[in-house]
Amino acid sequence: MSPEQKKYLANIRKKDLLVKFAQIFLLVTFIISWELLARYEIIDSFIFSSPSEIIKTLINLYNDNNLFKHIYTTSIEVIIAFSASLIIGFLIALLFYIFPLIKRILDPFITMINSLPKVALGPLIIIWMGANVKSIIFMALLINLIVTIITIHNGMLATDADKIKLFKVLGASKKDMITKLIIPSAKNEIISALKLDISMSLIGVIMGEFLSCKQGIGYLILYGTQVFNLSLVMCGIFILLLLSFIFYESINILDKKLAKSTIQPLD
Amino acid sequence: MILINVSNISKTYHTPTKEVIALDDLNFTINEGEILGIVGTSGCGKSTLLNILTNLEKSDRGSITSSKSIVIGYMMQNDALLPWLNVYDNAILGLKLKKITTKDNLAYVDNLLKKYGLYEFKNEYPNSLSGGMRQRVALIRTLAIRPNILLLDEPFSKLDIDSRITISDDVYKIIKELGITTVLISHDIAESISLSDRIIVLTKRPGKIKNIYEVNINEETIPSKRRNSEYFLELYQTIWGDIDHVS
Repeated sequence: MSPEQKKYLANIRKKDLLVKFAQIFLLVTFIISWELLARYEIIDSFIFSSPSEIIKTLINLYNDNNLFKHIYTTSIEVIIAFSASLIIGFLIALLFYIFPLIKRILDPFITMINSLPKVALGPLIIIWMGANVKSIIFMALLINLIVTIITIHNGMLATDADKIKLFKVLGASKKDMITKLIIPSAKNEIISALKLDISMSLIGVIMGEFLSCKQGIGYLILYGTQVFNLSLVMCGIFILLLLSFIFYESINILDKKLAKSTIQPLD
Repeated sequence: MILINVSNISKTYHTPTKEVIALDDLNFTINEGEILGIVGTSGCGKSTLLNILTNLEKSDRGSITSSKSIVIGYMMQNDALLPWLNVYDNAILGLKLKKITTKDNLAYVDNLLKKYGLYEFKNEYPNSLSGGMRQRVALIRTLAIRPNILLLDEPFSKLDIDSRITISDDVYKIIKELGITTVLISHDIAESISLSDRIIVLTKRPGKIKNIYEVNINEETIPSKRRNSEYFLELYQTIWGDIDHVS
């Protein structure tokens, strides 16, 4: 390795380190100042809580055997909503791709539903489906499904026209065209759909839990607000942050795994 | 011997605001074993003609008849390699789609890969190859299905001038060696003369046949050498004069 190359690599490492350090520094400063401000009563810890209070609440939840129950409930709901949206969304996107006329007919309705604030449908959903998990999943699907359909469908539409031509000249069957060209071409968009889908599912599930439920992180937050236990609310938010990070990172890992198995062009 | 007879082909495209006549009453033959060049300015209907020859589009009038069953090999300016498949899987794509991955055919692909110096790259992915190598993989993919007619749609126009000339030499040698009937569509007159046995010049839209020329350069020499002949320049100037240049 030439000295220039070494210098170049060292420079990159230095920058990476700086970024990591700054990130940790910001986080730690935030937590410490929050704690100090609460402890010296500069902010009202009853309203703003404090890191130590949040940890205490977490430990209490754990001791009461409640912590993992709530996390488990929300996670399962998110995974169900996510998978359902992915499967249904993918199939509908495929249907739209194969029969563009259907897409054209449904287009205005999709746009309308997509721009409607889904939370407005909450009360109706509860009346129709009852105050149970079904409502929560349904609410999440309302929120994540259309984005999934649109993203995957756009990916399919972006398939290189020359490659479609090549497949046709080579006498490819419809099935081969879809499985060997259209779907692999849409890989990047399918991954983006996964990323959007997982965060939308979490939003949908929490919104659903706000409307109707007896357990889950959304319930924890709502309950905390009702009894004015703001530490419980903060604790719920903290768990949500962690959950969304874990979900998102899992998709990222999947993305990297897929990228390794199927190399994308440089441009 | 005539392999394909194109008679009275016409094609009009319709848009909400106008009608565009792309091809107007084309008549010509494609002879067995020849390389037929088709030149014309952009928008003269060259691509439409290819789409009709490959059956991707139907002509409004006229017919295309052939003296025997034909297998079309199609190569375009975009190599259209699938980035998620390695060189080998790209090369056998046509065999897979046509469901003819016989031992014989796979051995033939191995031979082609070896012959064109790509065998040791067969596990590489297209993005790690040079433009010239990619185009050679595209050529092997095209030849793998053992076509008896090759349709080349501006196959070198995306390459830089150096690889363009080397690749066209390679392709020429391969075509002549295998004796495959070839239609070469190009807007590059020099390229067309250096490769073709016969050249059809199309008028600007609506595409009609302006002239047909026999290219009387010794068939044995390769395109880069053919470019040096006196006849080459002469024909170049004649065809240049024929073409309706878009100013």
